[in-house]
Amino acid sequence: MRVTTVIIGAGHAGLAVSHCLSARSIDHVLLERGEIANSWKRERWDSLRLLTPNWMSRLPGYTYQGADPDGYRNMPETIGLLEGYASTISAPVRTQTPVTSVRAFDDGYRVTTPHEVWECRTLVLATGACNIPRIPALAEAIPAGIHMLTAMEYRNPGQVEPGGVLVVGGSASGTQIAEELQLAGRSVTLALGEHIRAPRLYRGRDIKWWMDAAGVLNDPYDEADDLERARHVPSLQLAGSTDRRTVDINRLTGLGVRIVGKLAGIADHRAQFSGSLRNVCALSDLKMNRLLDRIDQWATEHGLDAEVEPPHRFEPTRVPDDPLLGIDLRRGEIRTVVWATGYRPDYSWLEAPVLDRKGRIRHEGGIVDSPGMYVMGLPFLRRRKSSLIDGAADDARDLSEHLARFLDHRATQNGGASSEVTFQGRET
Amino acid sequence: MSPTQSPVDNGVNVEALLGARTALTETPEGAKFTWRAKTEWLNGTHSRSTVEDFFGLGEEQRHKRIFTFECDHPEIFASEDHGATPVEMLLAALGHCLTAGVAAVAQNREIQLESVTATIEGGMDIRGILGADTDVRNGFHGIKVTYDIKADATPDEIKALVAQSQKRSAVFDAITNPTNVTVEVR
Repeated sequence: MRVTTVIIGAGHAGLAVSHCLSARSIDHVLLERGEIANSWKRERWDSLRLLTPNWMSRLPGYTYQGADPDGYRNMPETIGLLEGYASTISAPVRTQTPVTSVRAFDDGYRVTTPHEVWECRTLVLATGACNIPRIPALAEAIPAGIHMLTAMEYRNPGQVEPGGVLVVGGSASGTQIAEELQLAGRSVTLALGEHIRAPRLYRGRDIKWWMDAAGVLNDPYDEADDLERARHVPSLQLAGSTDRRTVDINRLTGLGVRIVGKLAGIADHRAQFSGSLRNVCALSDLKMNRLLDRIDQWATEHGLDAEVEPPHRFEPTRVPDDPLLGIDLRRGEIRTVVWATGYRPDYSWLEAPVLDRKGRIRHEGGIVDSPGMYVMGLPFLRRRKSSLIDGAADDARDLSEHLARFLDHRATQNGGASSEVTFQGRET
Repeated sequence: MSPTQSPVDNGVNVEALLGARTALTETPEGAKFTWRAKTEWLNGTHSRSTVEDFFGLGEEQRHKRIFTFECDHPEIFASEDHGATPVEMLLAALGHCLTAGVAAVAQNREIQLESVTATIEGGMDIRGILGADTDVRNGFHGIKVTYDIKADATPDEIKALVAQSQKRSAVFDAITNPTNVTVEVR
């Protein structure tokens, strides 16, 4: 079957692109491995809420109209948002259609699924950045008998037997799961490497409100000091909750969670924790304060100081005087290990030569290094907000504009093979 | 990163370092280094190490000259105190590594350093090395580094220099994280 554009993935990113292509009358199809909002339905824990407030999940042609703009969507509400959006924009979604291969073909791409083969001139990869849990190789050395699960498999404390739990990773997933398990009566140890601390509320407003208003989320990729680093910064240590609480290391310490350094090795059944805990906490506090400085400066420049609470700084992260450096995993103290060590995309089906040595897509702001191919939803793809639901609108608008120009250019070239298309200028 | 006409000069060629980072990202083979030292027993607890060559950028490399270091133990250990103890060398190595990092990061962030002093202390219960109590470890139970830095920067910017230096330090990593060590006899 032929179509101008195939979009792989019907999450928020794919749907946003669909809306933009429809507006340009570019015929397209979305191929979805499962159902709309599949990962929100099947790969998240029960209590999870979005890390961004309701008002903020703006999609092209959609803004929140409900009664609780400052709340955080739970999973059913998130699924409802995306299903409703897909229906409103009449997105041409083929569900239960996993893509098994993508190959360069003729003057476009051939996309194979179990039931049909699509040929398209342009292709948008919207499968997201979080398909496969990233588990460190040392997991193999965890002694048999200790139950292991990933943040993607975790659902609720009922899965986790009584006793000690080692949560590895202190970003949004790790801190939330650590809090939930500790509150459910488990004895949680959190192994903490580099992380990004952030308060839920600052000066009476949501940190995401500040980051949005002050333009932090709009920082463009081509002005980042060190894009490589910016694209690999872990997720903000945030949680969505009904009481808008901050779930940081100090909160966890107060609940009785034991904080240890990064899980650095396992030798003779002994988990070894890095001695760098104090520094990773110092790095994170300094980074948070730089963000708050930027926010304060913006508030002053924009005359907001009289409207909001005065600036203040949070208590530095409390680090134990003598953090634990190891646990003997045979002693029975730790019954379960939860890997909250991040995710990576799955490109096993992508047979076009667009991956770099480390298996990452080579792209320039979402324009893949292969004519007519685009990618959405990766961290700092075009802007700091690119991996957020709220980041899809601007990226989808930019990339669909580029895609349309690519098609126009090809039409005038009678389908010449390699086309150079550039942006006229960046939109802000 | 654009080249600057910044007057900041800590004696670090940041452009060369950033250039090396870019080049070695493309050709990671060149980034594989082997560092070497040779230690010869002299007498008692006194020994001498020499450092001369290493491998890197795909080939054998040589220092401008041979460097030698001597270690011994102090007289209260019934030794002759011909040199610093190996654990003091380790503390010095940590101080050297972190301080080089402070200078490099400061240059990159265009912060002029006036003076940098690291005071390094490592606490140790020597019942471990004496075998007097098997519950006591041989190594340090903790190391504390205290920096006194005068620089054209705010206190938080100075703290960030020191934090970033730890993040990129080989010796800090080698001390804080486990490393497999293989010792053989020829």
